[in-house]
Amino acid sequence: MQKALTLLDTTVGKKAVMALTGLVWFGFLVGHMLGNLQVFLGPEKLNAYAQGLKALGPLLWGARLTLAAALLLHVWAAFSLVGRSVAARGQPYRVKKNPATTYAALTMRLSGPLIMLFLLYHLAHFTIPGVAMSSSYTHDHNDVYANVIHGFSVPWVAALYVLAQLALGLHLFHGAWSALQTFGLSHPRYNVLRRHAAQGIAGLIVLGNLTIVIAVQAGLIK
Amino acid sequence: MQLLSKAPTGPIETRWDRHRFEMKLVNPANRRKHTVIVVGSGLAGGAGAATLGEQGYNVLCFCYQDSPRRAHSIAAQGGINAAKNYPNDGDSVYRLFYDTVKGGDFRSRESNVYRLAQVSVNIIDQCVAQGVPFAREYGGLLANRSFGGAQVSRTFYARGQTGQQLLLGAYQALERQVAAGIVKMFARHEMLELIMVDGVARGIVTRDMVSGKLEAFTADAVVLATGGYGNVFFLSTNAKGCNVTATWRAHRKGAAFANPCFTQIHPTCIPVSGDYQSKLTLMSESLRNDGRVWVPKNAADCGKDPASIPEEDRDYYLERLYPSFGNLVPRDIASRRAKDMCDQGRGVGPEVAGVRRGVYLDFRDAVKRLGHATVAERYGNLFEMYERITGEDPYKVPMRIYPATHYTMGGLWVDYNLMSTIPGLFVAGEANFSDHGANRLGASALMQGLADGYFVLPYTVANYLGSTKLEKVSESHPEVRGAVESVQTRIDKLLSIQGKRSPDSFHRELGHIIWDDCGMARNAAGLTRALEKIPALREEFWQNLRVTGSGSELNQSLEKAGRIADFMELGELMCRDALERDESAGCHYREEHVTPEGEAARDDEKYCHVQAWEWTGDPSAPRLHKEQLQFEFVKPSQRSYK
Amino acid sequence: MANMNLVLNVWRQKSANAPGQFVRYEAKGISDHMSFLEMLDVVNEQLIERGEDPIAFDHDCREGICGACSLMINGQAHGPRQQTTTCQLHMRSFKDGDELTIEPWRAAAFPVLRDLIVDRSSFDRIIQAGGYISVRTGAPRDANEILVPKTDADESMDAAACIGCGACVAACPNASASLFTAAKLGHLGLLPQGQPERMARTRNMVSQMDREGFGHCTNHGECEHACPKGISVAFIARMNRDYLKAMATQPVERDNDDG
Repeated sequence: MQKALTLLDTTVGKKAVMALTGLVWFGFLVGHMLGNLQVFLGPEKLNAYAQGLKALGPLLWGARLTLAAALLLHVWAAFSLVGRSVAARGQPYRVKKNPATTYAALTMRLSGPLIMLFLLYHLAHFTIPGVAMSSSYTHDHNDVYANVIHGFSVPWVAALYVLAQLALGLHLFHGAWSALQTFGLSHPRYNVLRRHAAQGIAGLIVLGNLTIVIAVQAGLIK
Repeated sequence: MQLLSKAPTGPIETRWDRHRFEMKLVNPANRRKHTVIVVGSGLAGGAGAATLGEQGYNVLCFCYQDSPRRAHSIAAQGGINAAKNYPNDGDSVYRLFYDTVKGGDFRSRESNVYRLAQVSVNIIDQCVAQGVPFAREYGGLLANRSFGGAQVSRTFYARGQTGQQLLLGAYQALERQVAAGIVKMFARHEMLELIMVDGVARGIVTRDMVSGKLEAFTADAVVLATGGYGNVFFLSTNAKGCNVTATWRAHRKGAAFANPCFTQIHPTCIPVSGDYQSKLTLMSESLRNDGRVWVPKNAADCGKDPASIPEEDRDYYLERLYPSFGNLVPRDIASRRAKDMCDQGRGVGPEVAGVRRGVYLDFRDAVKRLGHATVAERYGNLFEMYERITGEDPYKVPMRIYPATHYTMGGLWVDYNLMSTIPGLFVAGEANFSDHGANRLGASALMQGLADGYFVLPYTVANYLGSTKLEKVSESHPEVRGAVESVQTRIDKLLSIQGKRSPDSFHRELGHIIWDDCGMARNAAGLTRALEKIPALREEFWQNLRVTGSGSELNQSLEKAGRIADFMELGELMCRDALERDESAGCHYREEHVTPEGEAARDDEKYCHVQAWEWTGDPSAPRLHKEQLQFEFVKPSQRSYK
Repeated sequence: MANMNLVLNVWRQKSANAPGQFVRYEAKGISDHMSFLEMLDVVNEQLIERGEDPIAFDHDCREGICGACSLMINGQAHGPRQQTTTCQLHMRSFKDGDELTIEPWRAAAFPVLRDLIVDRSSFDRIIQAGGYISVRTGAPRDANEILVPKTDADESMDAAACIGCGACVAACPNASASLFTAAKLGHLGLLPQGQPERMARTRNMVSQMDREGFGHCTNHGECEHACPKGISVAFIARMNRDYLKAMATQPVERDNDDG
């Protein structure tokens, strides 16, 4: 009898990597949203929060590296699994219905790369001076609040963010509970709760993020 | 040909133990040198192949399905009997033995039946250890139920899928041996010939059903566990692929065929709905516990909506004829009375070939008495299955049922060691004739298959191997090459006829003849008629068959044609056997031999024997041999269910 | 009894290596009482009459338990009716004039042998990797010495109901065999008898499942929806949990020495 495959050689192992790294980002997104919601508390609070993060120094870099590593692993697992999936079907069906699944699940392969592109744009948007801020404004590393207000005041940028949040929402909607399933955190008694809780938190992240963009566009915060 | 039963004598309780001790063994180091071929991978074959593999023999196992997990044992619903007496309600090995001999209407061999009852308890232990998820009570112990009218609760079950679970247990044990490299599994391989060298079974010829390749496999012993021949009726509860070819090929090489006319009819199947019908679906017999069987009193009402037929115009004929047993009379009686009603023109449901063949099984009163919820709990899954097939809701419209061929007690004759009249050829499970006499009790088929496979063959095959000196047979041996050539010739012949009729059309016609004249009730005139019709049909088959395609590809028409050719010969033997047995016994109901109460009247003076037929080369002139049956422990008596 | 006329687009392929294509057939005068396979029988009889090769399809028990039948009907494994195998699907699920596309299961691990017949021996090999309890035939202890809580026995039976038809693979957008593998692991892993080998079994069966070239599970739930026995994807979660536990806790593998 052949020896068993190693963890990272199996689909279940790769899925575990995908789920773990996804959950790391899920956690980050919760923190990121909560932190950014401080924009509603005024410039001082938000800028102080930003300064506080920067003051963390090595810790901040540790977090950044962890996120970067998680992202790379997430993408590696995705590529390796998607390739496998296409090969596993071989000849495609002429007619195929998918009555059970969700739009979110079927579009993970699409929402993932979109979020990735958005992430790159989002990093550039808030770190590189001159990327899509309103024309009269110059990027200021120390005034995060102003960066946010000006950044989101450009209508097409705001629209882009809204769309990206929708893609993120779809991705998290399926990814969050799917990760729990991959880890085998399943119990008939809590399964409905599990699914709703995971999807609820995913929804809150998207909503929280969107309020900032919408508030700026609506002129509620200036 | 001599029929030596080799059944031990002496106290019945110790016969098997003593016999086991007296049998020869094979040294563990030498077992690998012996090759055993097992054809069929159901309960008997799968269990036998796995166990022989565990013991170290080199096993080659064959099945026509794409996986051994699909053998038709899988379809058994009800359960498996075992004399565990867990419910403490009076069961014992002796009582199971007694019930089985009596249920078989005194046409089985006492020694074999006792052994079956004895090992039944080991089967349950074995299956539980394998992980068969039998039903449990809340305390974690095994649950039992009473089944098929038995007076004790000795039936173990796994929902309505007992056969499936037992088969998966055997299949998993078999796959474990395949993984270990000891058993070689050949799925999608059909045995088409038995190889005989010096009067001894030494191998088989198979056709790879994907590539069409013919191949000879040689061995020291051959086990046939290929199931029953119920598909001779075309419509039966058997799987479509079930066939007689393996045993028939062996019969033609000298294995006696015993009691072919002993075929069992199951009373509660879903009736035929049209002439396209390909198979009959069995509904669990448990439905008769609460359902009431009836037909309209007046033939004029038969086409009406049953709800519009008032109580006084309904004939609850089983309750009327058998006041004490009512709807729970044994299978054969319930079946025959249903046929009577339809023959009288009082059947219900669609007319097929001008006759309505169906009776109502009505749950209206049960729903009234027990409530919808209780009925749903007991029979919900069966009702759902019925609705899926018929499109009618049994909660609202009474179910329609009709009997269908279900099991064949007859099969290749075997001695106490399960060896046929060909040395080295063993036959196990439904394929042999051994344990059920003229009628099989409910939940006993699974028991017999596993008993043969797990607990009998491993001893008796070893005994044969340990006591026989066999020369090696090479693949170039003239008998081996001759067998392959004869198979090739036959396939070529089937393909070359290029007539007008499809294999199925012949099969249907054969089935009609046998169902009409050798079905639930038989008489001399009908059997004589069938014995004229079948050879004529066989003649036409070999003149007017059309098989498309070639032999060197996956060709389902060719597979069917080969099987039907053998059914054509078996069908004739069945009718001849039924005509020869001029008595009624169990499922063999000769209308000339009926007790004043209308039941099967045995003739123990003249027919207390097994009829075993020898092939003579002419399918219309087989030679009859008899094995006298002695009943030392269970004295023959008349059944009564009034 | 209503009769209907249908148009069938059936995948025809002469052998594993031959190219295949869809062929259009008309099925006329089909009774709504026929099963789907009986409808194909009728079409086949007409093909034989015309001297053409009948459509090859796997089938055996025709009562929904052997798991042999396997058709993709208009994009759904075993057709539109839930918890129903193709052999138990009846024509009353369709209506006059319907056009049906009938395809074989599509998966690299299920190569087509002819027309609608595929080779599912990969499932047997997954079982060979550990889908059993290693017990010899002989004299194990009395059956009632092993107590199994009823709820565990029932849940185990839910998983054991798998008929190995492959609809889960056919329906899965990734052609994953997770539900099949998880069902066997769930059946044996829920019973006390299955505990000693539970971790090794999980590791080995998952490995074999991947070696066969099935896809991964992305939790679409199409398998559960298509499963004629309604086996729950909760068993997949169970398999994943056991697998991760096995990889975290099992000693480095030694060669299997049973048999």
